Amino acid sequence: MTARALFAEDMLLGRLLTGIGRSPKAVVAAVVCIILLFAAVIGPYLTPQNPFDLAVLDILDSKLPPGSQSMDGMNYWLGTDGQGRDMFSAMIYGLRTSLGVGVFSGIVALLVGTVLGLIAAYFGGRIDTLIMRIVDLMLGFPTILVALMLLALLGQGLWKVIFALILVQWATFARAVRSAALVEKNKDYVEAAVTLGIGTPRILIGHILPNCLPPLIVIGMLQVANAISAEATLSFLGIGLPITEPSLGLLIANGYQLLMSGEYWISVYPGVLLLMLVFSINIVGDRLREVLNPRLGER
Amino acid sequence: MTVFVIRRFLQSIAVLCVTAVIVFIGIYAIGDPAEMLISPDASQAERAQVVASLGLDKPLWEQFFTFAWNALHGDLGRSFVFNRPSIALIFERLPATLELTLTGLVFALVLGIPLGLLSGLKPNTATDEVIMTGSILGFSLPSFWQGMMLIMIFSVWLGWLPSTGRGQMGEFLGIRSSLFTLDGLTHLILPAINLSLFKLSLVIRLTRTGVRETMPLDFVKFARAKGISERRIVFVHVFKNILIPLITVIGLELGSMLAFAVVTETIFAWPGIGKLLIDSIMRLDRPVVVAYLLVIVSLFIFINFVVDVLYSLVDPRVRLGGAQ
Repeated sequence: MTARALFAEDMLLGRLLTGIGRSPKAVVAAVVCIILLFAAVIGPYLTPQNPFDLAVLDILDSKLPPGSQSMDGMNYWLGTDGQGRDMFSAMIYGLRTSLGVGVFSGIVALLVGTVLGLIAAYFGGRIDTLIMRIVDLMLGFPTILVALMLLALLGQGLWKVIFALILVQWATFARAVRSAALVEKNKDYVEAAVTLGIGTPRILIGHILPNCLPPLIVIGMLQVANAISAEATLSFLGIGLPITEPSLGLLIANGYQLLMSGEYWISVYPGVLLLMLVFSINIVGDRLREVLNPRLGER
Repeated sequence: MTVFVIRRFLQSIAVLCVTAVIVFIGIYAIGDPAEMLISPDASQAERAQVVASLGLDKPLWEQFFTFAWNALHGDLGRSFVFNRPSIALIFERLPATLELTLTGLVFALVLGIPLGLLSGLKPNTATDEVIMTGSILGFSLPSFWQGMMLIMIFSVWLGWLPSTGRGQMGEFLGIRSSLFTLDGLTHLILPAINLSLFKLSLVIRLTRTGVRETMPLDFVKFARAKGISERRIVFVHVFKNILIPLITVIGLELGSMLAFAVVTETIFAWPGIGKLLIDSIMRLDRPVVVAYLLVIVSLFIFINFVVDVLYSLVDPRVRLGGAQ
């Protein structure tokens, strides 16, 4: 496939890009997403200090308001926190954790959900009933409740949070893939592939799956935004990530006590960053939903 | 109808059993139950005594039946911190949470339905764009951060509203609630807004979609042809059709609001079960955690059950579909 074909109007990627391009709001949101993603990836090269290297932290610099200078002449544009950490650096590292947890759990949930959804749709019968019963059970409970239950029982930790987020998300993907695959399954091309003697795994992955992609992309984006938000909430409550792995939610929680005494920047700036991240992902996701399927309906 | 209700009821019981098993496995199989159920500062002798009295030396399945039997009798253990039955602690704080949740729900409906109507009747206008972007913002604002901003603006900067506690309670018809005193009401406003903002966005979107789907239908055209005023068409004919999906979702969202109250109560120090849960997790007061989980899940399953039954009354297609 040439690059030209990939970006053509009728190809998926082309449709997505032109769809975003037609909405100025979505373009801005997409640019914000890309900048934040980029900032998270190259994080350590971007920050003036490593916020976890205790050697560079100076307690005399703690709780400095935005724009003040450090003892050795560095500028803290967004101020410092209680440990004398540069807020900007801490936020970039927090962004890495938040985005990492959100995207990773989203991708694993997508894979698990897709495989189970495809299996349910293709084989039908008892397997289908079993998988969909579990899906219904999972979707019947609010995300935050399931995550709370798990973490209350398991205790906090990075992998436990990721596990909880995967567990609450996979069912959404499974249901979407199943309903898309059920439609595709009865189309002629699948029958043709079966007649040609192509193996089941290849039919599922190479033929049916690509046609189920549009709803998956939309749900994937919205789920990543949800996961980031959920992780931040859990960390804020003190049952999510441990203090050694500070995400944006944890940074906000740390600054919460200081909010009342006027040191607003310690929790407000990470909050603004978190909001920008989730808001822009949601706007792009919302736009993609309109582009890909105007009849998909809204939540 | 009766068959539907019975089948739905049995399903609810099944879900409850599954949850009980999961919670049981969570405490007894994954972790060390002695570690979880005995206070960390207990002596060796006390420890041995509790292990024996809890029957932890018995096989796992027997332990499960003891656990289930006690749970059915309302005995979910005693709180280490308060030294009282954990279930009593939960029920003591439940009214505060219900009061907060219901007020939040009313907020979401009173504001959300008109905004959704406005947006749906004038699609793709500036008003619609503003309301819809606002609702995405409502979805995106993490509830805890939004609560902090409410406190910062209305309590710290403006000093208009209190930010912690439940305030004074009044009594009316034998119900004690913050709703009946002015002080209580001022305490309720910020937490209720905090809890309702997410649902408000949802109600706006649902109403808007409902209006946009219903307006082009034939019966609306017919009503117009009959010369019925536009106002009557929207508020009587269209509105009735929007209500069905709205009621279902609201019923289901009530459960999720109960769960989200954990966040709101923590921020606003609201003395409900959510704050109790977080405090108990922090204090390692595990019997209370277990009791909270079982109570909230039962409550949630009960709400789902009621919603499904109500929905099948409103829309016969549901129970016919289920009978196949």
